[in-house]
Amino acid sequence: MSTVRAEREESAAPPPPPALSPPELARWAWRQLTSMRVALLLLFLLALATVPGSVIPQRTVDPLAVTEFREVNPALAQWYDRLGLFDVYAAPWFAAIYLALLVSLVGCILPRSRQHWRAVRARPPAAPRYLSRLPEHRRVEVAAPVDEVLVAARATLRARRYRVADDGASLAAERGHLRETGNLVFHLAVVVVLLAVALGSLFGYRATVLVPEGRGFANSVIQYDSLESGSLFDPADLPPFSLELEEFVMDFVDEGPAAGTPQEYAATVTLTREPGAEPETRTIRVNEPLSVGGTLVHVLNPGYAPVVTVRDADGEVLFTGPVPFLPQDDAFTSTGVVKVAVPQGRGRGEDIGIEGIFLPTAVLDEQGPRSVFPAPRNPALFLTAYHGDLGLDDGVPQSVYRLDTDAMQQFVGEDGTPFRAGLTVGDSVELPDGHGSITLDGYVPWVNVQVGRNAGKQLALLGALLALAGLMASMFVRRRRAWVRVAADAPGRTVMEVAGLDRSQTDQGGDLAGEVDALVDGVRQRLGAGGPTGGDEEDGR
Amino acid sequence: MSTETLAQLSDNLVYGAMAAFAVAMVALAAEAASRRVPTGAPADRSLVATGATDPESVSGPGPAGRRDGSGPTAPDAQVPPEAAGRADRYGRVGTSVLVLGTILLGLGVLTRGLAAGRVPWSNMYGFAISGTFVVALVYLVAARRQPDLRALGVWVVATLLLTLGLAVTVLYVPVGPLVPSLQSYWLVIHVAAATIAAAVFTIAMVASALQIVAERAEHSGRRTGYAGALPPAERLDALAYRVTAFGFPLWTFAVVAGAIWAEASWGRYWGWDPKEVWSLVTWLVYAAYLHARTTAGWRGRRASVVGLVAYASLIFNFFGVNILFEGLHSYGGL
Ligand code: HEM
Repeated sequence: MSTVRAEREESAAPPPPPALSPPELARWAWRQLTSMRVALLLLFLLALATVPGSVIPQRTVDPLAVTEFREVNPALAQWYDRLGLFDVYAAPWFAAIYLALLVSLVGCILPRSRQHWRAVRARPPAAPRYLSRLPEHRRVEVAAPVDEVLVAARATLRARRYRVADDGASLAAERGHLRETGNLVFHLAVVVVLLAVALGSLFGYRATVLVPEGRGFANSVIQYDSLESGSLFDPADLPPFSLELEEFVMDFVDEGPAAGTPQEYAATVTLTREPGAEPETRTIRVNEPLSVGGTLVHVLNPGYAPVVTVRDADGEVLFTGPVPFLPQDDAFTSTGVVKVAVPQGRGRGEDIGIEGIFLPTAVLDEQGPRSVFPAPRNPALFLTAYHGDLGLDDGVPQSVYRLDTDAMQQFVGEDGTPFRAGLTVGDSVELPDGHGSITLDGYVPWVNVQVGRNAGKQLALLGALLALAGLMASMFVRRRRAWVRVAADAPGRTVMEVAGLDRSQTDQGGDLAGEVDALVDGVRQRLGAGGPTGGDEEDGR
Repeated sequence: MSTETLAQLSDNLVYGAMAAFAVAMVALAAEAASRRVPTGAPADRSLVATGATDPESVSGPGPAGRRDGSGPTAPDAQVPPEAAGRADRYGRVGTSVLVLGTILLGLGVLTRGLAAGRVPWSNMYGFAISGTFVVALVYLVAARRQPDLRALGVWVVATLLLTLGLAVTVLYVPVGPLVPSLQSYWLVIHVAAATIAAAVFTIAMVASALQIVAERAEHSGRRTGYAGALPPAERLDALAYRVTAFGFPLWTFAVVAGAIWAEASWGRYWGWDPKEVWSLVTWLVYAAYLHARTTAGWRGRRASVVGLVAYASLIFNFFGVNILFEGLHSYGGL
């Protein structure tokens, strides 16, 4: 009795690691890792480990949110850093889980494939002595000689895609190995997808360049505003194209409850595939990227760039050009800065910094200046300005969207309040104390052009499709065995027994009864007009 | 008809469907109540009354039907005959009104689509009404083919009503145009697959929840009352598994289609956007459920709980992610 108990406990919990020699220990560990229980545990663990990345801001998804988080919770952020929680999907503990799952998966697939290979080539097992003990069983009388019935039965089984083995007076048949094949293909395909994703993160890259309408860029690392790349990415592999943004059209719903909702973004670009090549005109839309030599070019989140000219008191141009402002809301209320480095000997020899709000459809009310519609219906630029040292020569990298005013003073108007101005297109404003003037010449839209290559994506897609096909086969193909035994009863009368067994395991037998009925009917049809005699005694077990 | 008229018509049809579902729920609840096993009767739990009214069940038994020998046509020994007759009538009324409600809801989805001039699933209201329509349709079709499933009826309809109630009160947004990133035929493919998969999983969820109820009743030996009229826990368990196994490839396809679309739209096929994260979590937990059932031999309550967890993450992906997180997928329209 105690031995029975012990056995049961063994099957319920992993045996504790006994004192083992290293190879034995390794084998024990391997068996544990590839056991179903551990596979299940790892699946749960991976699901759990995936969650934090949706709750905690991720560096690779939303770097701005991470910066904000650090400012608000500096102490917590330190812990998060230690645990890799700002980059969960690249964290060592995350990798550990999916690598363990990968190993477990491979360790599971290999022995099962070997087994399956043998099973596929094995002969279907011979009919058991008592067919009536099987889950489905029919016993019918047919008016045909034994040989003919056997021939008809064999043909019927074949027609229903069974492999048939002949045992004289009985037939053994099996079908549905595709089920296990499908399951193995599915698991293998999961491995393929994981490898493809890993490959992609090693060789892939993604970069963005902010391009105002009328400007362009050449595809090289130095031109990018941001670049994210795998550790094996080689900048020399970048296709040497260049791109000019000819026109960028933003279309919004004009009126009604959905007014202001974007309807279409379309960029018309001139593409030069390599230096000296013939330029081509192309259109890029949100769901229609441009593909250049395996690299995809997308247009993302647009904005407006007011075109500003700053002159000194003599009317000499200190700065002119479009300055991209960042949209703050759906109506494109946009903020930005203009940094005008003024060298000694020009103007007043002091840098000028402008902080502004660009409003495509400006409204000025008690809430302050804001935009009420994303399209330029009443464009205006509200600004204030500083003079002093922008700190551009310090060698410290600066944000182009923020002014470092530590070494600057705000201009003061004649009435003693800080200098402010609101400009519509074509307007100019004089800066106090003979510092010069600011003109709003106009505005152009800009877009973030994203350039990237998803290395390994074809492989990932292939894996995903294989996984789907395998999954369908493993879910919907039924694995069955069938046996037919035929015996002469009285002269001219033959008794045929048909039995079936469903080996799909995962499910109750499907319509096994229907299948066995269909086999019986098939044999009768094949025997033709001489067909059925007598009633069938169905002994539904 | 103008957009406004169509949109108005769509809203009215959805309200009509809700009314029909409410009636259907009452009728189906009355059916379940009539099938309650009176206190004191020795219940043979292998007998299931729910199939008794289905004419098809005579010729085409569900796979589970023959297995344990409880033919769906078996007489309902514990429920008094007049109560059984009453239950059947309630059941027929409930199902008919449910069909009517489903047709109304289908027309509501259709007119909403016509009003917008495209598939109507670009915001949470659209998902909710399309999703409930698909749940109702899948339930009706599946229950016709597998009379077993009819035991889930009341709770499926209750879920539908709850979802529609949320849809018209909290999630409602007027018909509007499609933002550029949604203007793609992948919207049709990806969202349709996800919606159908979610509908299938919803039915599995009801089966899992009832499995837990039935198993509890069986363990406590209480075989009367509502729990007494439920199919055996084992059968509900098998049902939940079969329905989930059907939904899993659909969900897999939805995720893959989403990845393909994401590449076209955002330049990467997988970027750990919250929606993507929770799709993966959902997929992993459902895979764990299937594993637990088929290979680790988990049966009954343990498996059902995993199924419910998976469903919770599916629903969180629908509601929670749209509302709580800011991501590329924020189309909730709230
Ligand atoms: C990413 C990890 C995995 C996923 C997503 C996954 C998913 C699945 C799915 C969906 C099924 C189909 C269940 C069914 O037919 O009802 C399945 C079956 C199965 N899996 Fe996995 N699996 C994973 C890892 C593993 C591992 C590591 C093992 C081995 C240790 C394993 C062994 C099996 C076995 C033996 C079956 C049952 C086949 C059958 O009975 O038909 N799987 N898996």
